[in-house]
Amino acid sequence: MSRSLLDVRDLVVRYGAVTAVDHVSFTLEAGETLAIEGPSGCGKSSTAMAVLQLRRPDSGEVRFEGRELTGLTEPQLRPLRPRMQPVFQDPYGSLSPRHRIRDAVAEPLRLQGLRPTATEIAELLDRAGLDPSYGDRRPHELSGGQCQRAGIARALASNPRLLVLDEPVSALDPSVRAGILNLLADLQDELGLAYLFICHDRAVVRHFADRVIAMRDGRITSR
Amino acid sequence: MTQSASDPLLSVRDLRIAFDGVEVVRGLSFDVHAGEVLALVGESGAGKSLTARALLGMLPSDAVQTGSVRPDLSTARGRRIALVPQDALSALSPVHPVGDQLATAVRSVARVSRAEARARAVAALDRVGIPDAARRARSYPHEFSGGMRQRAVVAMATINEPDVLVADEPTTALDEERRDQVLHLLTEQREAVGAALVLVTHDLDAVRRHADRALVMYAGRMTELGPVRDVLEHPLAPYTAGLLACLPQTARGRRLPTLPGMPPTPDALPPGCAFAPRCTRATDVCRREEPEPVRVDGHQVACHHWEKV
Repeated sequence: MSRSLLDVRDLVVRYGAVTAVDHVSFTLEAGETLAIEGPSGCGKSSTAMAVLQLRRPDSGEVRFEGRELTGLTEPQLRPLRPRMQPVFQDPYGSLSPRHRIRDAVAEPLRLQGLRPTATEIAELLDRAGLDPSYGDRRPHELSGGQCQRAGIARALASNPRLLVLDEPVSALDPSVRAGILNLLADLQDELGLAYLFICHDRAVVRHFADRVIAMRDGRITSR
Repeated sequence: MTQSASDPLLSVRDLRIAFDGVEVVRGLSFDVHAGEVLALVGESGAGKSLTARALLGMLPSDAVQTGSVRPDLSTARGRRIALVPQDALSALSPVHPVGDQLATAVRSVARVSRAEARARAVAALDRVGIPDAARRARSYPHEFSGGMRQRAVVAMATINEPDVLVADEPTTALDEERRDQVLHLLTEQREAVGAALVLVTHDLDAVRRHADRALVMYAGRMTELGPVRDVLEHPLAPYTAGLLACLPQTARGRRLPTLPGMPPTPDALPPGCAFAPRCTRATDVCRREEPEPVRVDGHQVACHHWEKV
């Protein structure tokens, strides 16, 4: 059996006396969508943040593309970060209001010391279903759905294998939500992306995910 | 409540709301009946929140309202009509005990003694299911859990037994489980005090489960109005049908149907029916004339081609 793209074992995240994530284990294969569902406070977003090493777990292992991440220092993580990218719930909150969309999309590449061309940025926007002319605008000039597309273009910029999608459609109107879910499905088919999909909406989860794990009080209650 | 169905609590006629000469709500007429749950449904920007605010007399100061809302309950706000706020934490004062805030709400509309107001506050907290209400009335909002705060604001909105409750996206920020709890609480409490509920939401699932009638809005106009079962199970307007089709639970296959394009902005409306540029059934008449609502079996629809849906 081949190695999983992501292998999480006995993950524990604590905030003071509260154990937000309590010995959570799962695997995710390339090209697959695994959803984590559960009510507010069940630990699903904390799990996502710990997978991305944006919040270092208190114990447990996060193995991504065969490398154990939890023991790595930030400089050691830096070359791996482009391979796993987050997309957040609030499309306005996750893009700087002062930056034009094209700068926001280019940022992950600049952080790697690359200087993407205008054509490359236009291609990324186009791939996310946004007219490249939106590159000149700022987030407040875009609708919620367009902003979320910009966030996805930005996540795609560094050529990731894994997207961690934290409630990516929860703030959107139904028709806009359908468009974003279709985009994510197309991108997965084209690019073979794996998705860790955090969502509290069961109808969306059932529609979109290959596998689902349910969390409550920091623990996996069903899979 | 002994009003008959022919005698609405509220009648809205040709309601128009404009900002800087740009109409955002464009001629809306509907009734609110005693004891019913009426959902205002539509995408962001459809004008549903402004419509709800107009019922309360809580429009922003730069809004220009024409048309009529009868009777005008805005002068009896808190007594005959009340808002259930979306964010329970910011709706309560952090520096006063919850019971005091409820008692103040009572005394703002009724000449009763402090003791009587206090007793009503405790009774209201008890009614919404706060355990040990007499003691908890002395607690501050930060000492309540999120769920208890939500209950407290529902108690506040219903304490003077209004005729109409208005809830603007009461559950948007909540997960599915909490959403159902809040809607259940709202509908239960509305029943307890005999109020009608005007529920503003873009959550069609909540409408299906909790509302009696639905008013679907698009670009500031009524698209469709009728009993929830009719509107959601047998929509007559292409917009309603399109909105329902893109829900994950009703779609087949991995790709969801979507509505092409985006809703128009109020200052750049297309001629004729505002939905025509996104509508697969649009013909020349749709691009020329705005459809007026027509009655079809106790259900109203504003579409030139409703027969074809």
